[in-house]
Formats: sequence, C-alpha cells, structure tokens
Amino acid sequence: MFDILVIGAGHAGCEAAAAAARRGARVGLLTFRAEDAGQMSCNPSIGGVGKGHLVRELDVFDALMARAADRAAIHRRMLNRSKGPAVWGPRVQADRRLYRSAVAAMLAEQGVEIVVAEALRLNIEHNRICGVETASGIIECRSVVVATGTFLDARLFIGERVLEGGRSGERAATALASQVRDIGLGQGRLKTGTPPRLDGRTIDWSRLEEQPSDRDHWALSALHDGAPPPQLRCAIARTNVVTHDIIADNFDRSPLFAGSIEGRGPRYCPSIEDKVKRFAERDSHQIFLEPEGLDDFLVYPNGISTSLPVDVQERFLRSIKGLEQVEIVRPGYAVEYEFVDPRRLGSTLETHAIEGLFLAGQINGTTGYEEAAAQGLAAGLNAAAKVLELPAVRFDRRSSYIGVMIDDLTLQGVSEPYRMMTARAEHRLALRADNATTRLGEAALGAACVSARRRALIAAHLESRTSTQFAQSSEGQADALYAPYIHRQDREWESVRRERGAAIHAGLDFSQIAGLSGEMVERLSQVRPETIDQASRIPGITPAALSALYIATARRAAA
Amino acid sequence: MRVSGPLAHLAGEQLGGRLPECRTAAVRELRDPGDGTLLDEALVIAFAAPATATGEDIVEFHCHGGRAVVDAVLGALSRIEGLRPAQPGEFTRRAFDHGRIDLTEAEGLADLLEAETETQRRAALSLSDGSLKRQIDAWQERLLSLSGMAERAIDHAEEHDEPMPSAFYDDVDTLAAELQSWLERPRLEPLKDGIRIVVAGPPNSGKSSLVNAIAGVDRAIVSAIPGTTRDYIEVPFAINGIPCLLTDTAGLRETVDSVEIIGVERAARLIVAADILLWLGPSSEAPSHQRLVQLIPKADLGLAPTDGSSLAVSSKTGQGLEPLIDRVAALAAHFIPAENAVALNRRQSALIGEAEAALGPCVKSGDLAVVADGLRSARQSFDRITGRAGVEDMLDALFARFCLGK
Repeated sequence: MFDILVIGAGHAGCEAAAAAARRGARVGLLTFRAEDAGQMSCNPSIGGVGKGHLVRELDVFDALMARAADRAAIHRRMLNRSKGPAVWGPRVQADRRLYRSAVAAMLAEQGVEIVVAEALRLNIEHNRICGVETASGIIECRSVVVATGTFLDARLFIGERVLEGGRSGERAATALASQVRDIGLGQGRLKTGTPPRLDGRTIDWSRLEEQPSDRDHWALSALHDGAPPPQLRCAIARTNVVTHDIIADNFDRSPLFAGSIEGRGPRYCPSIEDKVKRFAERDSHQIFLEPEGLDDFLVYPNGISTSLPVDVQERFLRSIKGLEQVEIVRPGYAVEYEFVDPRRLGSTLETHAIEGLFLAGQINGTTGYEEAAAQGLAAGLNAAAKVLELPAVRFDRRSSYIGVMIDDLTLQGVSEPYRMMTARAEHRLALRADNATTRLGEAALGAACVSARRRALIAAHLESRTSTQFAQSSEGQADALYAPYIHRQDREWESVRRERGAAIHAGLDFSQIAGLSGEMVERLSQVRPETIDQASRIPGITPAALSALYIATARRAAA
Repeated sequence: MRVSGPLAHLAGEQLGGRLPECRTAAVRELRDPGDGTLLDEALVIAFAAPATATGEDIVEFHCHGGRAVVDAVLGALSRIEGLRPAQPGEFTRRAFDHGRIDLTEAEGLADLLEAETETQRRAALSLSDGSLKRQIDAWQERLLSLSGMAERAIDHAEEHDEPMPSAFYDDVDTLAAELQSWLERPRLEPLKDGIRIVVAGPPNSGKSSLVNAIAGVDRAIVSAIPGTTRDYIEVPFAINGIPCLLTDTAGLRETVDSVEIIGVERAARLIVAADILLWLGPSSEAPSHQRLVQLIPKADLGLAPTDGSSLAVSSKTGQGLEPLIDRVAALAAHFIPAENAVALNRRQSALIGEAEAALGPCVKSGDLAVVADGLRSARQSFDRITGRAGVEDMLDALFARFCLGK
C-alpha cells in the first residue's frame, strides 16, 4: 500500500514521485525498466530560453532536474547573452549516464520506491482512485500521477516501417491507453520526432565550426554539489542544396507526407523533411552536433529529426561537410502517441472527473523535459497535499513560468505539442532565470518540501534582498533595470484584478447562470475556471459571458 | 420589426404561416396567433444563423407604418412564449457577442443610431463601415510582424544570437510616430457632444439675447436686470451640420449673492473649457483664450465703433449675426474631423495613447526584452480597441513567416 503511485519514470514521473516524497508521502514509482528512470530520450540538453527559467524554478522546490543537470553538465551556454537579463537562458549539455545516475541517486535519497511493472489499469471506485492493477498484481494507493509521456498507445515510424513502442526498442502502454479513452480523457494524437544518433568517431570535427562551453562558471541549481565534470565542445554543421535535393526526392517515402501519421507535430521543432518542404527558399539549415557523454562516442545531431527511411537518412547525412564518412548508430524516427485534453485538469493537475487522479508531462500535450518536470513537480506536490491533507500548491502565471504553462494548458488546451517560450509570459520582465528564489522562495517554504540546506539558502537570499549591498548584485541590478516596466505591468494587473479577481465557487453550475448561451456553458463547464480572470483566458468566452459570470459570482458572494 | 434568436423563425411562422425561403421577401398575412385576427399584410423575410446581422436566426416584418398596426404586431409577438422586447442596443450587442462585428464597428453603429446631424452621420458611417478597424488591423499587422521578429530572436537564440538589424528599431519608432500623429487629429466627441461655444461677458451685456438670437429659441431668460442668468444654460444647435452646444453663462462681476457667486465661478470654469469663446465685454477685460471672438454687442444702440478683429452684433436687428456664424463655423472646423476621415472617440484615443506610450520609449532601453514587452503592450491596447485578444495571433504570425527551431 502506497499513498501515491506514479506511473512512468521519465522527467515528469521522477519529479512527481520525488516531490510527493519530499512532502512526506509514501510513493511508488512504476516503470517498465528500473534503469530507465531519469532517461533523456531525445536531445542530451537541459535548459534554454524559457526552459532554463523552468529549471531554475524547479530548483527552488528542491526538484531533481537542476542538480542532476549540474552533475552531468559537459557543456554550458548562457543563451541570449546579447539581450536583456530577463531572457537569458541557461542551458547545459548533459552526459546521459551521469544524468541518469544522479536522478537515481536522488530518488533513492528521497525515499521513492521503484516498482518494475506495467500499469494495466487504474482502479477507480465512486470516481476516486483506489489503486493500480499491474501485470504482477493490484497495488493499492490513494492517489495516482499518470506520467506516461509518449508511451500511451505509441507507434514509431521509420520510413515505411511502423513499430509499436514509446521509445526506440521499447514497448507501448496499450492497455492503459484504452482505459484512458474509456473514461473519456483521451483527446487525440500528437507526433514528435528524434534525429539519428551518430558515431562521433566517424565525424571529421576539423571541418566543422566549433562551439565552446561558456568560460564563466554558472550552475542551474542554487545548491552547489561539488566540481562539475570536464567540459566538451559542440560543433555546428550545415545542410546544403544537395542534402535538400536528396530529402525532397524522397518525400514520398516519409510517413509524414504519405499520410500515415495523423498526429500534429510541434511547429517550432519541425523535422528536416518539413523544413525542406516548407522553407524551400532556404538553401541551408544548421545542425548542432552534441556529444552524448564523456565516455560515449554517440553524437546527437540537433536540428534534423526525421522519419525518412534509414538509407535516405544515411545519404543525406553524408552529403554534409564534415559528415562524409558518418555512420548512423540508431536511425531517427517519428513517434505518434495519445494525449489527454489538459482542460480536463484543474490548476493542481488533478482531473476534474476522478478524485486523486493527476496527470503530468507529455500526456498533457507538452513537449520537452523541462515542461514535463515542471508539471511533475506540481502534480507531485498536489497529490501529496491530497493524501496528507496539506495545502495545495498553485502556481501563478504572474510569478512563474510553471504558472504560465499550467494556466495555458488547463484553460486553453493544446492543438500541437506545447513548448515553453518566453513569448507566452506576459510578465516576462519579472520572470527571470536569476530571480527564481525571490519569486518562489516563500511558496517553497510554505509547501514544506525542501531540505534544511535549501531552507537556509532561501531564507538567506530573501534576507539579503533587504540589505543595501543587494542593489549591486546582478539580481538587484536587473531589478532596477526593469522596475519602471514592471511597475507599469503591476498597474495593468491591478485593474485586471479589480475587475476579474473574483473566485468562482468550485461547485458552480454554469447552466444555471442567466444570460449564458449554451455554447458558453459548454466551454466553461469543460474547463471549469477557478477565477473570473482564468475564465477570461478561455478561448471563445465573450465579454458578455464574462459579465454574466461576474454577476453570478458577485451575487453568490453577497448571499 | 426584427425578431432575433433561436425562436425567431417559429415566431414568424406563428404570425405569418409558412416562411418564405431565407433571404427572399414575400407578402404574408400576419394574424394574431391567439384569436386569428388579421393584423396586417406585411413583407416577411427570414435569415438563418449564423450569417445574419446578429449571428442568430432572424425574421423581419416590414409592416405598414401606422402606430396601431405596429403596436398590434408587437403585442402579438410579445405574447409568444420565449419572446420579449429587445433592450436598447441588444441586436448590436448580440452581433458583437457572436463575432459578427468588432467593438469599433459596434460603436460606429451605436453612433449612427444616435446621429442627429449630417456630419455626425458621415463620421459614424465611416466607423461602422470598418475604416478604423482596417487602420487598426494594419497597425496590428505591423506590430505582429515586429513582435514576431523580436520573439523569434529571443526564443530561438540558438540560431540567431546576433543583434537586431537597425531597421527593426526604425520600424518601431516610425510606428510610434504614426500613432502620435493620429492622437493629434480632431476627435469624435465634438461631433457627438457638440462644439462648446461659450458666451461670456459682464452682467447685462446681452449674452442671453445673443444666445437666443443665434439658436432661434427662447431658452435663456432675458431681462434688463443684471444677474438674471445665475447658472448657465446650454442650447444645442447646428451650424452647417456641425453640432454645437451654445452655453450662456452668468455675467462676470463681483457679487455677494451666494447663488450668483456659484454661477460666476462656474462661468469661469466653462470659459476655460470652451472650444470657442464669444466675449461681449470690453477687450481689455477679455479672459485669455485660444479661440476668442471679440463681440461688440447691442450694435443697434450704436454704442461703440468696431475695429478689424471685433464684430458688432445686434440681437435685436440681427445685424452681424451672419458674419458671426461664419466666423464660428470657420473656427469649429478645427475641431471636427475632415470629410471622410476617421475620427477617434475618447476611449479609442486613450487606447492608442497607451499603445504609443508603450512603444515610444521602449527602443531607447536598448534591451530587446523591453522592446518586445512594449510591442506586446501596444498589441493589447489595440486588441482592447476592437475587443479581440490573444497570444496565439502573434504565434501564428511568428510561425507562418519564419523557419524556426533547431
């Protein structure tokens, strides 16, 4: 018997399990294979613009990602250095093995129990979770976090070949997928892709542009766990006209264009065949060659995810300068998987329909490790709140990227894989990667989910802000730089808050509100906004509907 | 008469029997659904949602105009279960709710319904036919494209960690300057509320008589006793189709009468707020005002000579009134939008002002994140003008034009 079972040990699952355990819950983490916990299944990097902001926010809550990435960092770059500090994006290349072992070590430290079994079915009684049926028997629990990533009814595509599985060489969660559909959570299918992995020993590095690691020493986590590993170099290669001709000649052999993939892929991370087709006028695209580890010859060519047949992959790669002799170790592929409409979740990531059922990560229609981890944190903290009767932890879009993402997902839903971008945050100037502790320190302390060391660190940081020297710190200088603009946003927000701050009662029956059309009732009932402000962000909600809603909540408050 | 909503077609059938094919007019006998009495023979047209003025099902009855007929048909309609009289502006509101028109068009329609003068009507028409909307769309288009460039540089730093081209910053500046020039244009309020023409002068200088003579109505009480007008009186009238609000004020003098003191103080405030001031006192005592017309009243009494800038008028004989009206019309022309030009109302102007305030200074910061924030803020202001909003618009613009991603 566990308090909480987490299904899936990817980035969302590991963070959910660890966060719940840090709050004091007894947590089991279900996975197909124990050695897969914390595996980076796609690119070997953590962070970036927007994503790096998420990692720093996770770190304030003592989450795993920042510390594991620091321990595994073999190349670091602070992106956007030429722009203002609000949009600096810390990003590291992580040694896969070091990363996985760091995650495994922290899971064990925090008391998460790994359970190797396939989850076949959720046991639900009276719309409440009471356990999980696995291949090796029923495990009782009071709350479940489903973090199955791309594994729900997943299919892999390599050219004309179609395989069942959520990752190269692995299975798919087919039984669970059919139950998710049966209980009305299934929404549709999405697609993502990954590039071929190359043998770094067959690359002529001398002919490629080098990309060195940053010289100055910064880290993702505010807790420094010893010396970082040695730093490697990345390199940049470029496709050319010949490469594009080879790809274009084989469009008919791509499952993307042949119509066998129905799911929508991310616009901002298109496959190379997509890029060649949509941007025919460009005669070159960049490829970032990222080493996968210190004692690993695998190289990840970022920028050319593809589902073309293996022979085409090899031919187009070898048309690129520096890659003339390259050998493919594992071909690239596309993966298509089932996802859930995240509008069926509240801001704690608990489903509206089934008590104790939380969803986190790619199953909610997101893409990326950092996005998954951030949802894992939110789901884990709140699943623990549920079973231990602790206060819920809600993230606000005004104070965190985690809040922006959860708000976007649960109110707007997704039509393509959702990626964190700073453009999504209207309070971007206030949400910097360098002030995460200031923004979220109090919330982390309030959630009682952090170590004594972290507690001291947060307290010391908040205290330092009151000192006169603070203005000289880099955070203090950035604060001063943006103060006038943030002040203007605060004023804007104040007027919004006056108009729309009112809370909507959890059990409010929208169909009973006078003046709401059937369509508005349907949209509101589906998303179940918690405040008028949230309701205003639901697509298609009209100003008239908002006024009706406002009057209904005001009447209730007065009564 | 128009019925809109899900029951509209049913109501049409109850009164007129089988409805003609949608969007075709046909004559029908309208009968009271209760007792079958004939109400009128009318043209009936039905429209099917969503492509209608309100976005809902609509039936129109084109009746014979008599009050009794209209009342009888309205009565019969309101007895149908589920039907009720529309509130003022409700059809427009529904059209807005269903996305048939945006906020600027809705405002234009409302103005059109209220328009009393020809110039007002033309200005309202240019709003309701979407001229402002098109202008704002054009600005939005440019903002979106600039936002797209900024966001791409920020969120896809990997590929493009290089400074923005100076043309980008120039474009932002140009747009801000263009907004500024719009803010300096004549506004819509004088057209709607009238141009404020204030008549002022010492007691018993003939202000009320002049107001009556110009407006041609006996609104202001005239008497020979100084201090008769203790407060102020407003008389709306039109010059060449330009709505004006002629204000008669209390005579300006030192007084101990407490009611009159209030009137004198108000008069002082009205003078400050006047668009055009007609001054009937001696020029040496004239208040300072940008558009002051010096009048020499009671010209029939031959009290004073006129010079080039002052105008002798007589309310009694009408002497000088025509030149005065011409002078006022020429001054008024500064306040009203040119023929067929789009004029902004106070709300629109305030929002464009906000957009300009967000855009104007951001370039100087030299921080792309701040510029992007200024662009976002300006887009929001425009969204509020038309009642639309959404980050997805921006993302669509972003992704339609650029090849992104590693």
